[in-house]
Amino acid sequence: MTDRFPGYDVLSKRHSPSWNEVTRQVVNRRLAVPREPRYFTWDEFVTLDAICDRIVPQPDHRPKVPLAAYVDARLVEGPGDGYRFANLPEAADAWRQGLAALDAEAQAAHGVPFHRISPHAQDRLLTQAQNGELNNPAWGGMPARMFFEHRVLPDIVHSYYAHPTAWSEIGFGGPASPRGYVRMQLDRRDPWEAAEAYPGHEDRARRQNRHV
Amino acid sequence: MSDDPFATPRAKNGRAPDARRVGGWLPMREYPETEPVDFVIVGTGAGGGTLTGRLAELGFSVVAFDAGPWFRPLEEFASDETEQNKLYWNDRRVTGGENPLIMGGNNSGKAVGGSTVHYAMVSLRFRPEWFKSRSRLGYAVDWPLDWREMWDYYAQAEQALKIAGPVSYPWGPKRPRYPYRAHELNAPAELLARGAEALGYRWSPTPLATVSAPHGLSPPCVYRGFCRFGCSTNAKQSQLVTFIPRAVEAGAEIRDLAMVGRIETGNDGLVTGVHYFREGRWGFQAARNVIVAGYAIETPRLLLLSANDRYPDGLANSSGLVGRNLMTQSNQAVWGLMEQEVRWNKGPPSLALTEHWNYEDRKDFPGYYCWMSQGPLPVEWANTLIGSRGLWGERLRQQMAHYNHQVGLKMVGEMLPDEANRVELDDKEVDQYGLPVSRITYRWGEDDKRLINHALDQMQMSLEAINATDIFRQDNDTNHLAGTARMGFDARSSVVDADCRSWDIPNLWICDGSVFPTTGGVNPSLTITAIALRTADRIAALAARGELARRHRSVTVGAGHALAG
Repeated sequence: MTDRFPGYDVLSKRHSPSWNEVTRQVVNRRLAVPREPRYFTWDEFVTLDAICDRIVPQPDHRPKVPLAAYVDARLVEGPGDGYRFANLPEAADAWRQGLAALDAEAQAAHGVPFHRISPHAQDRLLTQAQNGELNNPAWGGMPARMFFEHRVLPDIVHSYYAHPTAWSEIGFGGPASPRGYVRMQLDRRDPWEAAEAYPGHEDRARRQNRHV
Repeated sequence: MSDDPFATPRAKNGRAPDARRVGGWLPMREYPETEPVDFVIVGTGAGGGTLTGRLAELGFSVVAFDAGPWFRPLEEFASDETEQNKLYWNDRRVTGGENPLIMGGNNSGKAVGGSTVHYAMVSLRFRPEWFKSRSRLGYAVDWPLDWREMWDYYAQAEQALKIAGPVSYPWGPKRPRYPYRAHELNAPAELLARGAEALGYRWSPTPLATVSAPHGLSPPCVYRGFCRFGCSTNAKQSQLVTFIPRAVEAGAEIRDLAMVGRIETGNDGLVTGVHYFREGRWGFQAARNVIVAGYAIETPRLLLLSANDRYPDGLANSSGLVGRNLMTQSNQAVWGLMEQEVRWNKGPPSLALTEHWNYEDRKDFPGYYCWMSQGPLPVEWANTLIGSRGLWGERLRQQMAHYNHQVGLKMVGEMLPDEANRVELDDKEVDQYGLPVSRITYRWGEDDKRLINHALDQMQMSLEAINATDIFRQDNDTNHLAGTARMGFDARSSVVDADCRSWDIPNLWICDGSVFPTTGGVNPSLTITAIALRTADRIAALAARGELARRHRSVTVGAGHALAG
């Protein structure tokens, strides 16, 4: 994926009027997430990390957003979802069972746990889960499709797009209190918003993004 | 930063937080538990918050309870989707049926001010005929309310919340000018307008409960775009910064972090007060009247939890309708991609709408809908892509990179009442208070599906007309709730009368979205607020006649009203 917003870093606005104190504290806490599992065992955590790498593959040239750590942290700290589907266990139980099931599926198909099979094979297994095509006894009656759709995807993807690295990647303006925005019309950019690189004008975008 | 609003209650020792000021406090009157107050109100959102303010101003002694914390937005609301999950009802619930409802941000709040703290501020009136859906439009049931009376209460609600809207609104009977000027359009709103005009439909700037000019301690909206995650500048006219301070100033007591778990009744069958959990213990507040305003899940849950020997099926439930006829609103969307930079996160999320299909009867399904412009933030947008397109991996990241070019239209559609859609108590699971959790069952009807498909086709045409590309449909979303304690004309077919008073127990009232017999095709909050304003006036009128603790048998309120004209 090409860099659409070259040089844009939402964190460079951290001390601007776009960030209030409570937002700084919240994002600081997020960036300081413990990297070790508190709910999962290390074995489970390794499986989860491998799944995260497939659900949101991350480029090598920048520090990785620790997605597995966020999934683990939320199971420990909350908040909860506010509901659970009648045919899914509670979040923490669903995750434990789902990770075990995906490992069992990998064992059955390839003789090794999920994190040891190739990325291609991992994708294939995850796609089968998404399509509801997995039914190893290790699922214990939990529908693989429901687990994938309502735990795997949201828990991992929400964690990624709650991270400043992802905000910078998609050119999102990020926190905006108290300054807010002024230029509301089509094709208008406030000077503190990400500038998009159009072909032939990448340098201009890079220059603008240094001054957000 | 102040203390943790979740750890210990703030409204204590003769003072309550003033949400309008950094570190602010208001002196607050406190009432002893053992002496009955005129009214206990359970919940402080669009219904309960409004009633707490009005009843206190009318001179009644009021103690209101909210299970959530009492925030000060100026210092406690982050510009962050994830952090602001703290505003929702995140306690355990079980959701099932053919089309299980997703709970959480779309339809719940757990804070003083209720879900108005994080609602999208869309403040619309019902079409008059919806108060008589059965007799005028041929579907569902009639309300026992007269639209002309509601028109006055809508105007009062719009004044109280300083709604910013257009000088003249394109649909429905004449209404007064909105108190504050309409907000400017953002790019998604302008694209809605272009699409509507291409289809030959009228459109309008959306009447919104966020001020477009200073009001009291509220500055004008700065178009920050995090409205649905709590307004950090207090431009939003939520109950938290409007009726709640009014209530405290008028002598009401509001107890935060106070979960009401049971309503008590006496030997005469009347309610005597509520049991509530606060600061690690269960207390009892005596009251001459109890008003339940916990919205369409918690309201029936509390009534069912209060079952006793005299009322084995729960309070106010002789009709068997408590918890039944749960309704949500269809909230499907169509999304597309523009060549231009839209940057849809700027400004309130729904700055323009078209109510065309709310006022058009030439169609082959019952029910009505409108659609609005959209501006989802990144997590919400990613959630749409995984939910509707099943995207993950590199494809998800690529689509997310178009964030600043996306455009979309989202409907608010009427789903019809069905007794099979309901809230019950789970027979196994309990929550952190030790109370059985709600079990929610939902199924879309065939008419609901017809309406949704019609809306999706229409919204798609609108996006095609503005040359959006990569158009796709989000066909699974729902939002606001209603029903579960409907108002009506008699005790057999409804739970409360037109005054929101329960048929079974004259000093038990219900006033929130759960009294809606039908939901109409607009967001419900303004209607809930208007009903609460009316209920306060009705209570004052009944009190003046000495009819608060007993029902005057010769009058069946509402039944004699003329049908909508």
